[in-house]
Amino acid sequence: MVGITAYGAYIPQQRLERMAIFQSMGWFAPAIIQFAQGEKATCNWDEDAFTMAVAASRDCVTGLDKGQIDAVYLGSTTLPFADRQNAGMVVAAMNFKPEVVASDYTGSLKAGTGALLAALDAVRAGDKRSVLVTASDRREAKSAYLYEMWFGDGAASLVVGSDNVIAEFKGSYSVSRDFIDHYRGADHKYDYTWEERWIRDQGYGQIIPEVINGLLAKTGLKIEDISKVVFPCLFKAEMRNIGKRMGFVEKVSDNLHEVCGETGAAHPLVMFINELQDSKPGDKIIVASFGQGSDALLFEVTDAIADLPPRKGTRGALANRKPVNNYQKYLKFRDLLETEMGIRAEAPTQTALTVLYRDNKMLMGLVGGKCTKCGTPQFPKSPICVNPDCNAFHSQEDHEFADSTGYIKAFTGDLLSVSVSPPNCYGMVQFEGGGRIMADFTDCEVGELSVGQPVVMTMRKRYEDRDRGFHGYFWKAIPQTAQG
Amino acid sequence: MATGIKDRVAIIGMGCCRFGERWDAGAENLMVEAFEEALQDAKIEKNQIDAAWFSTCMPEIHLGQSALPCSITLRLPNIPVTRVENYCASGTEAFRGATYAVAAGASDIALAIGVEKLKDTGYGGLPNPGSNAGSQRWLWSPAMTAPGSFAQLAPAYANKHGVDPKDLKRAMAHVSAKSHANGAKNPKAHLRRAVSEDTIMAAPLIAAPLGLFDCCGVSDGSACAIVTTVEKAKEMGYKDFVSVKALQLSLSNGTEVGHDSWDFDHFITTEIAAKRAYAEAGVKNPRDEISMMEVHDCFSITELVTYEDLQISPRGGAIKDVMDGFYDADGGLPCQIDGGLKCFGHPIGASGLRMLYEMYLQLHGRAEDRQLSDPKLGLTHNLGGMPFMNVASIAIIGKHGV
Repeated sequence: MVGITAYGAYIPQQRLERMAIFQSMGWFAPAIIQFAQGEKATCNWDEDAFTMAVAASRDCVTGLDKGQIDAVYLGSTTLPFADRQNAGMVVAAMNFKPEVVASDYTGSLKAGTGALLAALDAVRAGDKRSVLVTASDRREAKSAYLYEMWFGDGAASLVVGSDNVIAEFKGSYSVSRDFIDHYRGADHKYDYTWEERWIRDQGYGQIIPEVINGLLAKTGLKIEDISKVVFPCLFKAEMRNIGKRMGFVEKVSDNLHEVCGETGAAHPLVMFINELQDSKPGDKIIVASFGQGSDALLFEVTDAIADLPPRKGTRGALANRKPVNNYQKYLKFRDLLETEMGIRAEAPTQTALTVLYRDNKMLMGLVGGKCTKCGTPQFPKSPICVNPDCNAFHSQEDHEFADSTGYIKAFTGDLLSVSVSPPNCYGMVQFEGGGRIMADFTDCEVGELSVGQPVVMTMRKRYEDRDRGFHGYFWKAIPQTAQG
Repeated sequence: MATGIKDRVAIIGMGCCRFGERWDAGAENLMVEAFEEALQDAKIEKNQIDAAWFSTCMPEIHLGQSALPCSITLRLPNIPVTRVENYCASGTEAFRGATYAVAAGASDIALAIGVEKLKDTGYGGLPNPGSNAGSQRWLWSPAMTAPGSFAQLAPAYANKHGVDPKDLKRAMAHVSAKSHANGAKNPKAHLRRAVSEDTIMAAPLIAAPLGLFDCCGVSDGSACAIVTTVEKAKEMGYKDFVSVKALQLSLSNGTEVGHDSWDFDHFITTEIAAKRAYAEAGVKNPRDEISMMEVHDCFSITELVTYEDLQISPRGGAIKDVMDGFYDADGGLPCQIDGGLKCFGHPIGASGLRMLYEMYLQLHGRAEDRQLSDPKLGLTHNLGGMPFMNVASIAIIGKHGV
């Protein structure tokens, strides 16, 4: 049996209330009120498609032996690098073994399902044992546009394998049509879009029924056999219309507009995981994407889903929310508002690629050392043990800190430090079990910080080198509040 | 066991320029201002100096690398000149180099001069090095500023000693108010205005919980010292001169930042350097024997914690001593009698020498409105870097033969 063996998801904590957009920009574009329901998930300033992919992947491999992963496929249309293996960055951040296939799938909102199909093919062929498929997107829309209302940020992750399958793969059906509801030219920041009525009628209205019918015919099933139909669609009314026309209106999966927004290439999988988390053995779920055609896949939930170790998934990620209503802050975090950053911000930002490679495990994977003589965990790993009572030479083996919990030893909120989210909060984190690090804090407010407060680590962006087009990442601490 | 530096080296002249936002002066002018004063004080000719140590910390924003800017600016006669840098201890390092050189017999009369021209960057605060902070550090270390790195002492100290953060903030305000009161009397200080505790408490935050007045200024300045051996000083006819009693340095070894044993509440290095310095100077009870001191008050919390590391206040006892006025100008052990970094600002390469300059003036009874009654021993302290990895230096000087 081949299928899904694990799932995970990540939705950024910040949720912009859509009425905040309307309240700021409704004077200019009154029509956006049509879609101003609820809230949309929006990245913190230090999050992007890569960091969300890492977060979703970490959720997905909860309880899994990481050594079993032999391929990482990353689907997205907003990867930070046009030419640097983004999936390979995920491999490094996850501290997977390097003997894996890492591939980026991009160029369409079908990138997530495309990666998933490739993984299923590889495992069915017997060539791979476990493939991590992660899809992630952080798309930009211009201010006061319908798409600004629709878009949300998020990531989803699945492991495809043949042991402990929780949702068996039963078949797929794809069509490729050069239907350009939107496109984004290379080096362009924003999508160019055609009339919504055309997208609705000739896009979703034609292509989604085409692939669902094709999949049913191919698998010899009727729509009555299906428990849920998952497909992203910007128009809730059209989702219902398609359901009505095809006789599955009560089985249409929620597009999460009010709680999340559409997460691009990740969205079919974000929605699919949302349904998996509410499924029972025997449920048959269709997942279809939409992007210059569609990939439709059929899965049947198995008894093994009950044995999957707890994780956040879409539902847990959605539950970890922080409502925000400051539209200008949202614009600033997305770099859509040019503010004066001061001369202090003009400091050099070059990355020494030799260093990044030499210390890749440390810098991408948060791998430190543990002394084999005295047992002291330490970061970074160093040639001489940091324990003053040991100081052994060349005694350290690799020690992963990414999944370690810790607590705050000391902290500040720094208003002098250059930041798009002042005050810049950072401090010393003491890891449970030993080891410590001076770390940036994220997803926090300075007034909530205290000595002894627990933290977890997360991969985030640290800087963007605009002159050279480089994005620098490292691990930061998320202080845990009672609510979080 | 090393014999130590006590009573072997005499300071025969010192100089210090007016500190401040010296829009009028480049680093060269500041150095000459300090140097001229020291030459006149020592009553020697420039060419009698046969070696020099020159301290700067951030030369990339003013004079550039090497000791050449020193030898060329001062037109030194082709003598050995060495540039030293060790964060905020740089000025004391220059003094250490010159002192050791004459003690070793390698030099008869040596100069230590430090300078920093910080106000040519176009913005407030110390320069932001960006990726020049170190090719690996840039890739992972938080974008810490000086106030941000020291601010963290406050919550950790309060947690360690079970202190109400409000009481700590009040004591920190007193630390700064005391220095402002002293600096108001000093014509060479940058900031010469008394500031009340309440004003300090109400000031805008820079890095929580440090407000504007918890931070020292950023200034331009230069200070210097001319030293020779005690024997040579006597030969040259100096009377009632000041001699060096102790010079100690202690550097972090990574324990604070990397090992679980430190609580971010104090400076390991200062404590160690102080113990060594007291032993070298023969000081048994520093609280009674040290007459005055200039400690590294880059931030109010640094000064407060340092009182304990210097073993003047007991652990956890600094707040009480501060609020009792023990470190005030009329207290048991006046601290920052010249106004400190708080009022002079911190032109890094110059600061250690500027502190020694005040101790020197006080020992000679030349401190005018700030003059303390008959001081015997003065201690200076620098703390370079960050609480979790730093360079601590301590110097003790006193009247020779007293």
